[in-house]
This record gives sequence, C-alpha cells and structure tokens, in this order.
Amino acid sequence: MTSRLSAITLNTFREAVRDRVLYNLILFVLLLVASAPLFGQISIDLERLILVNVGLSSISLFGVIIAIFVGIGLVSKEIEKKTLYTILSRPVRRWEFIVGKYCGLLLTLVVNTALMTVGFYIALLVSAHHLHSTDFHLLVAIYFIVLQFMMMIALTLLFSSFSSPIFSTIFAFALFVIGTFAEDLKNFAALSEGIVKWLTTVASYVVPNFASLNVITQAAHDQTVGRGLILHNTLYAILYSAAVTAGAVLIFERRNLK
Amino acid sequence: MHAIEIKGLTKSYPVGFWKKRLRPALQGLTLEVDRGETFGFLGPNGAGKTTTLKILMGIIFPTAGSATILGKDFLDPEIKKKVGFLPEQPYFYDYLSASELLAYYAELSGVPRSERNRRIGPVLERVGLGDVGNKQLRKFSKGMLQRVGIAQAIIHDPEVVFLDEPMSGLDPLGRHEVRTLIQGLKDEGKTIFFSTHILADAEALCDRVAVIHKGELRGIGVVNDLRSSVGGQSEVIWEGTQAEGDIKGLLVESHVAGQTLRATVNSTDLDRLLEKLRQQRLRLVSVTPLHGTLEDYFLAKTAEKKTTEKEAVPS
Repeated sequence: MTSRLSAITLNTFREAVRDRVLYNLILFVLLLVASAPLFGQISIDLERLILVNVGLSSISLFGVIIAIFVGIGLVSKEIEKKTLYTILSRPVRRWEFIVGKYCGLLLTLVVNTALMTVGFYIALLVSAHHLHSTDFHLLVAIYFIVLQFMMMIALTLLFSSFSSPIFSTIFAFALFVIGTFAEDLKNFAALSEGIVKWLTTVASYVVPNFASLNVITQAAHDQTVGRGLILHNTLYAILYSAAVTAGAVLIFERRNLK
Repeated sequence: MHAIEIKGLTKSYPVGFWKKRLRPALQGLTLEVDRGETFGFLGPNGAGKTTTLKILMGIIFPTAGSATILGKDFLDPEIKKKVGFLPEQPYFYDYLSASELLAYYAELSGVPRSERNRRIGPVLERVGLGDVGNKQLRKFSKGMLQRVGIAQAIIHDPEVVFLDEPMSGLDPLGRHEVRTLIQGLKDEGKTIFFSTHILADAEALCDRVAVIHKGELRGIGVVNDLRSSVGGQSEVIWEGTQAEGDIKGLLVESHVAGQTLRATVNSTDLDRLLEKLRQQRLRLVSVTPLHGTLEDYFLAKTAEKKTTEKEAVPS
C-alpha cells in the first residue's frame, strides 16, 4: 500500500514539475522585484509592511490558483485521457489513487511554498539588510497558508471526482471566496432567526473557514499568533481535509468511469 | 479451474435527459476461458467488447452477474497482480519516458525495486523500443505507443493478459509486429483474452473465439469448428463419370477426374445426395467438410438475430 501511495504521490509531483507548474516562482520573483522601486520612496517600517503583505498574499494566491487549476484535473484528466484505465487494472485501490493524488499536489505546493518562502526572506534581507528574530514569526502565517492549501486541494479533488473541470473551477473559486468570509457568515448566523439562522449556521460549518487561517495582517504588524490558535487551526485543517477527501473517495469508489 | 469465468454479466446505462431509460450494453454474458488459452472476443463496433473488458478491469461496475479471474473475484485487487491490460487506443503520461512509465506501472503492480530495474530493459527490447527507452512518450508515434501499451501490460509478468483491440489503427507492419508479440506471449503459456473486429488476427492467433453482438453472446467455440459450422459445403467424391438427373440438381459444382466424380454440395443437401448415391449403388470414395472462414461465421452470427427479428414480425 505504502509503495503504491508513494508511487502515485511522486508521479503527481513529477507531472506538476514537468508541466512547468513551478514556473509560477518566476512570476513571484518578478512581482517582488517589480514592487522594489516602491520601497525606496517610503519609510523602512512601511517598506517591511508592504513587503510582508505583498509576499505572503502572493504565496497564498499563487498556491490557491495552483491548487484549483491543477486540482480540478487530478481525477477528471485521468478519466478523460483514460490513463486511469491502466492504473485501476492494477492492484491499486480507488482510495489509494485519490489519496495519492492529494498527497502529490500537496507535496507540489509545499515545495512551491518552501521555495517562495526562501525568496521572500531573501527579499526581506535585501530590503532591511538584516533579519530580525520577529521576522521568523512570519513562518506561522506561511504555515497557515499551507493549511489553507490542504483544504483547497481536498475541495478541488472532491469536485474533480464527480464534476467537469469547468464546474469544478467555479465551485472551488466560489468556496474559496465564501471561505475567506466565513467569519462574517458566522456573525450573520448569530444575528439571524428561524430557518435563516439554521441554514446559515449549517453553511458556516460546512464551508471552509479560511478567515481564521489568514493571519497575514497580524504577522505584518509583528503580532505573535497564540499556540492555541496554531493547534486549533492545525486540527481543523486536518479534520476538514480528511472529511472532504473521504467524501471524494466515497464518490469515486462508486463511479463508473466511462 | 478456468483462467476466466464470466457468469451472466450484464451492464445497462441510463439514457435520456428527462425520462431515464436503461439501455443494455451487455446482456447476461456467460463464458469461460481456460488457462493458457488464447481467446478472441469478436464483435462489430459497439457490440459490448470494451464494456466487458472495462467491467473485468474494475473500471465500470456490472448491473448484474459475476466473474472470476484465476478463481478469485474479479474485483479483488490482489488478483490484478497477475493480470495485464492493454486498453483500446491507449494514452499514457506523455511527460514520462518509456522506462519511467514502466517503472511506475511495475511499482503499482507490486514488483520489487531490484526486479523492476532488471525487467524494464528486456521488456522494452521485446517490444522493439530498446533504443528509445529514455525518450519522452509525447515524441512517440501511434505504433510506438501501442508497443508501450503492450510493454506496460506485461512488465509485471502477468498470468492473464487482456488486450482491447491491440491491432486497431496500426499499419500492416505494426499489426504484424503486435501479432508476433501476442504469439510470443501465447508460446510462454499465458492466457490471452483479446477483443478485436479484425477477424484475420483472431483466426491466426486464437484457440477459441466468441462472437458478441448488441451485448449478447452469439456463438463460441474452437475456430476450426466454427468455420466448418458455417462452411456450409462438403466435397463428395464417388466412382462414376457423370452426374445425372436428381443427383445433378443437388450439386453446386462437379468435375470428372478419371473414373471418379468430385462434387461440391451444400451441407443441407448432403444427406439427400448420400441417399441417392446409395440408391443408385454408386461407390462413395470420400466426404470432406469444406471450412468456411471465420468471417463467414462472424457474418452469420451477427446477421442471425436480424433475420429472426424480421421473421417474427407478422405480415
């Protein structure tokens, strides 16, 4: 089982690398370089603030885009091109295929994020000529971004297991936007009454809560993130991803692959 | 124990947007394939061949029926270690090289790493791709991809090999090469189940064939028996120099050769001819059934139902 899982994981990673998914890193570097002229005209503190915001937001945005656009094809492309036929005719369980694909894309995004993080810290070093110990608090924000990717991959994989790529993209983007405002949905549920309260409460638990995973602003202002929130978010992302991936497996296990 | 045993395999697809109806793609297919046998699964396009193979490979699920491969349920993942499959018009991960693809599939089939590395080279050599193992598959021609398809189907040394239209879309040379490869597998004693609508290939390679049409099994048997069953004619030789009267009317053609008469007769008239020869006290020398081609049998079986259906319509 481990061997099959790792084989599918590594093949998914290899596909992403060879399909030039990591080329987004060049765009990321260009973005940081392009914003550099701005920095010379503003104060050191503001310069760091902008750099942190631009850097971390870019890491998040590029990752989410990769998670969606690569994620939606993870299963549907294999069905469409019939490459899945030669996989399922081997001793590969359908759940192993789904979990392997999940791990493969997660590995891709972790590597991508790690490389971006290196670039981001180099940019910080260049702009301030040295790194503060507080700069390493930013790693928590990056860790939360990775947790966000975990959930996004699970969601796109779920959509990919039963829907066409176009609908999967729409669903995934819609959920990403709704999830970003999950806290507002909770507040709205608290203020509502009757059936609306019931519906919005259910919706606020079903949609991914990306709001609590976004600590970019806090990080930019050197505010530390409590251990409680780190633990809470870690457990939340793991359980949410596991539940959604289990849903994808349940659908895929029963699916006739025409 | 049979290598493959299929019992009442049925598959229906819902069709229609508003009011769903079930369209049968496969209807109660039952057949067995023995170990070491090369079995041809014949039928026109849309007959249900690929549906059968997709079910056996666990790609789609049957509506009813069951199947075993080497005595185990066809959905048991463990049995798939002993099964190889070449899909129709295969497409592979084109960002991989042929060697990488084979290594990947061998790993998925549970071949140990040391064994994997030992097998890839010879298998590539065997399918004639020994010198392009490191080339990316996106640069391969259709014929080369078909050979990669066969390589991936045998990389884990399976006991049973399923091939879906292995010669489809290949030029005569490509077909000959694939045919030679299948013959090689047959010589190794592997059980081969291959679907095709190219009858010459089935005739050349198969021990037994089944004909499927509109999802129904129309006939099954040893190739020679099936051919003779539709040959429909026999060669009859008796002593004499002339075919006369009633006898002449029964013959398709006849030739005099010295003191014997060599005639061709339809099987339906054979008994009557023999009776006449007996009555006229003519000495019978031999009766030899003339074989039809597999194509004759195939055409007869795929047309059979049409005729029956027409006959059933009240005038």
